[in-house]
Amino acid sequence: MSWDLPDFMAKGDSIIEVNNLNKSFGKNHVLRDFSLTLSEGENLVILGKSGSGKSVLIKCIIRLIEPDSGRITILDQDISLLDQDEMDLLRADVGFLFQSNALYDSMTVRKNLEFPLRRHWTKEERAKNAGSAVKEALEDVGLLHTINMMPAELSGGMRKRIALARTIILKPKVILYDEPTTGLDPITGREISELMNQIQEKYNTASIIISHDMNCIRMTANRIIMLIEGKNYVEGTFENLIKNRDPKVREFFEGL
Amino acid sequence: MALLNKLNTPFFQEVGEIARFTGRFFREISKPRHEWEEFVNQSYFIGYKTFTLVGITAFIMGLVLTIQSRPTLVEFGAASLLPSMVSVSLVREIAPVITALICAGKIGSGIGAELGSMRVTEQIDAMEVSGTNPFKYLVVTRVLASTVMVPILSSLAIAISLYGGYLGANLKGDVSWSLYWYQAYKVLVFGDFVPAMVKTIFFGFAIGIVGCYKGYNSQKGTEGVGRSATTAVIVASLLVFILDLIAVQVADVLGLT
Repeated sequence: MSWDLPDFMAKGDSIIEVNNLNKSFGKNHVLRDFSLTLSEGENLVILGKSGSGKSVLIKCIIRLIEPDSGRITILDQDISLLDQDEMDLLRADVGFLFQSNALYDSMTVRKNLEFPLRRHWTKEERAKNAGSAVKEALEDVGLLHTINMMPAELSGGMRKRIALARTIILKPKVILYDEPTTGLDPITGREISELMNQIQEKYNTASIIISHDMNCIRMTANRIIMLIEGKNYVEGTFENLIKNRDPKVREFFEGL
Repeated sequence: MALLNKLNTPFFQEVGEIARFTGRFFREISKPRHEWEEFVNQSYFIGYKTFTLVGITAFIMGLVLTIQSRPTLVEFGAASLLPSMVSVSLVREIAPVITALICAGKIGSGIGAELGSMRVTEQIDAMEVSGTNPFKYLVVTRVLASTVMVPILSSLAIAISLYGGYLGANLKGDVSWSLYWYQAYKVLVFGDFVPAMVKTIFFGFAIGIVGCYKGYNSQKGTEGVGRSATTAVIVASLLVFILDLIAVQVADVLGLT
């Protein structure tokens, strides 16, 4: 089942293309011939139940997990053909926000943000520009005052913002969000969703957002793909899907 | 084929995984982009922060060994051999092995818990997506630091334990400072120091690689972190004894005993 896609999808070049992706863990076939295309500046939400393979999908895209078969192209580069060094360089263009934030708990906020720079900037560049880059990223998330704090001193929402600041410090072309509002209260979740939109506007990033938080999806999604039983079950805008009568789709949108 | 099937047990699978992990260590260490800064940091943490524990233990070890040995030697009229006997025992066996066991407990569990915690909180994945090779940054630096620092700690432990021996010899006897050291060094030869130092290099490597392997492959949340730390200590301690046994046999074959 699929919907006619809105006009905005035709705009911009595709940044990520996933074709016929398959991934199994033992007998559990998580992704079955899954395909998607992400366009420049687009916010694409992948919606599905817990355990449906959403996180596996974006971990395959960033090559944290090797798929069994299928093709993933990022910025016109087939990632299966890249060696480790080439993949590491490509990762400068792909930010990843972890569900658990994954802040380095033995480092200060400043060191956390400087960490991605060490691979992609020269020593001279870091000496000259790292301070201003860290400051800009922290200003973007409104937490400049936490620069010398340790992650353990921060609240859940602040940690999420710092993780987001670390994700954008290299100004990636695309950001992969793994359940960005899970575990946060509705107000903080809303703030994070607003922040995601602000970052998209400021840096013109494209995003793949894994979520089942309907408020976050409503605020951020340009397009939604529903991942059910490892397949691209249905796709469309929020407004399209909320009117959909399919029982499996209704389960998610019931009560809205 | 039947033999292979018999060997396909969790124990041998684990041994195979550790061998593969060790192989990756040597592959990664040979590639450029070395993490010198992190290596220095880890050497500081492993060496400096373990020194107090090793120093106190070594001092007590030398003191107690001397006090315990004295009555037997006095009984045989060989009290004058006390410094020699203590020094040979400490240099060849006791100080290196006890230091390694302390390091297995402190460093092995520390690395296992730290990397295990980083694994389950996705910090290792975060390093990978930021373009840093986490194996090189976390594993290679820690294993190298452990390999370098355990022999240094062991050397310091020998010196401190010998000093403890001097105090022990003077608790119920009267041995001058110069006579004690003269007696202690008189019996020591090159063949006593070299095998002791060489085996501590292997002890350090084993402690580092086991701690890193257990932590890096940690699973099942916080329970897995605890298990990683505990098994790292157990396996590293066991390996210290096995390596010691092999070192003694090799030294014997080479005529260094």
